Amino acid sequence: MAVERTVTITDETGVHARPATVLVNKAGSFSSEMTLEYNGKSINLKSIMGVMSLGIPQGAQIKIIAEGSDEQEAADAVVDVIKSEGLGE
Amino acid sequence: MSNLTGIAASNGIAIAKAYKLAVPDLSFNKQTIEDTENEVNRLNEALEVSKSELEKIKEHARASLGEEHAEIFSAHLLVLSDPELINPIKDKIESEKVNAEVALDETAQMFIQMFESMDNEYMRERAADIKDVTKRVMAHLLNVSFPNPALINEEVIVIAEDLTPSDTAQLNKQFVKGFTTNIGGRTSHSAIMARSLEIPAVVGTKEVTSVVNEGDLLIIDGIDGQVIINPSDEEVAKYKQKQEDFEKQKQEWAKLKDEPTISSDGTHVELVANIGTPEDVQGVLNNGGEGVGLYRTEFLYMGKNELPTEDEQFDAYKSVLEQMGDKPVVVRTLDIGGDKELPYLELPDEMNPFLGFRAIRLCLERDDIFRTQLRALLRASTYGNLKIMFPMIATLDEFRQAKKILLDEKDKLVEEGTEVSDSIEIGIMVEIPSTAVIARQFAKEVDFFSIGTNDLIQYTLAADRMNERVSYLYQPYHPAILNLVNNVIEAAHAEGKWAGMCGEMAGDSIAIPILLGLGLDEFSMSATSILPARTQIKTLSKEELASYKDQLLSMNTADEVEAFVREKTNQ
Repeated sequence: MAVERTVTITDETGVHARPATVLVNKAGSFSSEMTLEYNGKSINLKSIMGVMSLGIPQGAQIKIIAEGSDEQEAADAVVDVIKSEGLGE
Repeated sequence: MSNLTGIAASNGIAIAKAYKLAVPDLSFNKQTIEDTENEVNRLNEALEVSKSELEKIKEHARASLGEEHAEIFSAHLLVLSDPELINPIKDKIESEKVNAEVALDETAQMFIQMFESMDNEYMRERAADIKDVTKRVMAHLLNVSFPNPALINEEVIVIAEDLTPSDTAQLNKQFVKGFTTNIGGRTSHSAIMARSLEIPAVVGTKEVTSVVNEGDLLIIDGIDGQVIINPSDEEVAKYKQKQEDFEKQKQEWAKLKDEPTISSDGTHVELVANIGTPEDVQGVLNNGGEGVGLYRTEFLYMGKNELPTEDEQFDAYKSVLEQMGDKPVVVRTLDIGGDKELPYLELPDEMNPFLGFRAIRLCLERDDIFRTQLRALLRASTYGNLKIMFPMIATLDEFRQAKKILLDEKDKLVEEGTEVSDSIEIGIMVEIPSTAVIARQFAKEVDFFSIGTNDLIQYTLAADRMNERVSYLYQPYHPAILNLVNNVIEAAHAEGKWAGMCGEMAGDSIAIPILLGLGLDEFSMSATSILPARTQIKTLSKEELASYKDQLLSMNTADEVEAFVREKTNQ
């Protein structure tokens, strides 16, 4: 079954180009399907344009969903990157 | 062969093949495709070639400009691997049986429109990224060459409509021997960059991109502002001679590299340089600069997607101060706005940006940005001889507010236990006529003045320096300018302070004798102008020039002033 994790964005500029790049690169390194949900919209987390098109601001609650053979590892890794980039918690 | 005349923007002669920095013709026809598998393969190949080019550019940017500038290319690379972009293109080829060009264009347009319609300026900027990368892929599909200034690997002269600061930042001096553009003037960014890169440049030729073909042999004469297209052998020989003479003259100048700047009657003045990045410091030292008279900090903020952090700034300031040793370094705080935009600040467009929300006006309102810069400067202050100046000061209140914020941050740092120098001079740029007129009042509170003539002239004569139709009003020798300059120098000296100048005028061979006579203490110019200026000043008598002061200040026109100076100094 899919693994879901919720994080709050704390970076004052939201999810801008640099962290989005890191996020998408990380998601792309797993075989699971990765989805990001925010504000009722759901996008492919392996798509840089998808992530940027959401324009995720500071304070946003986002949901990371991974589904596939390495889903647990994938969800953990993406959440770790969000924390280590100082993007959210 | 034919010739073009432009504006001599950076000294020297270059002879090399033309390299056009322009987006090629990317028009295409719609076709119906039978073999869609082959068409998808064609797309994949174009994507792969584009990616490997971007990888190379990214590596080049990382090596020459740093990690920060390379990141934009990481984002570009991800766009080319984005399943949400690539899969719809492939689906379109297969289901609609159209050629890859059509599928790419229609899909990319959809995304571009989506980003452009967002109400966030930053997101709208992303549309430009998608345009950029799809153009590259399109060029490969069409088999036309796409210019990559960072990847040039043979000797060329770059020709372009204009060069942006990020274009020039990609140029490799080893191969790019010079450049020439359609638009621009001596004070445009491209010209300033050419002088700091020390490559010859001729700007404002109006039509170089339309009359020169890729690969044509070009001579550019950055001394007299000439571009010679497909020259004859005699012309090449003539300019090779001129190039040699210029190199010889440079060697003559170089002999004065480690000497102080002293007039024929023994007055010492300081010849210092304008810089934009820590990499420019080497050029200052090679050209015998006695300090940095203007460090433009804007470049730290430009060509990226977010504000530079305090630590990033600290590293840059520390590097400049350390390289300069005990020589003075005047750092100008952020001067953004006007013609220098930062998209990520999302500032609204203005009717008159040069008269609008820029420089210190912006910094006082967005004091979060200002404080970060001041903290970085204060932390770096112990690594050299730092002086701080505020740009675009129009009223004493602005100066007082800015100084208060500076001292406030200093107190905070000291309280936190950070060491800060106690001898930092705090001065202002004089570029607004109101400030030049009441310089006497300012002189009681500031530690120094630096006259920014590029703006002072445009504000005093009410003539936009980017507008070619009123460029005749850009008159450095106008008696009104000389009177304002004199007023500032006298005001400084009356309070025991010093006055410098950091506009283009400070390195001009007609202006130098006038300024020496008026008593200017510090001349800040492009590094490459320093040695010629030192050579000239050695021949001038300050006392004699000072005796012309009243006469010059009461002249009627700039032409009268120029003719008088030419006669007195045999120019």
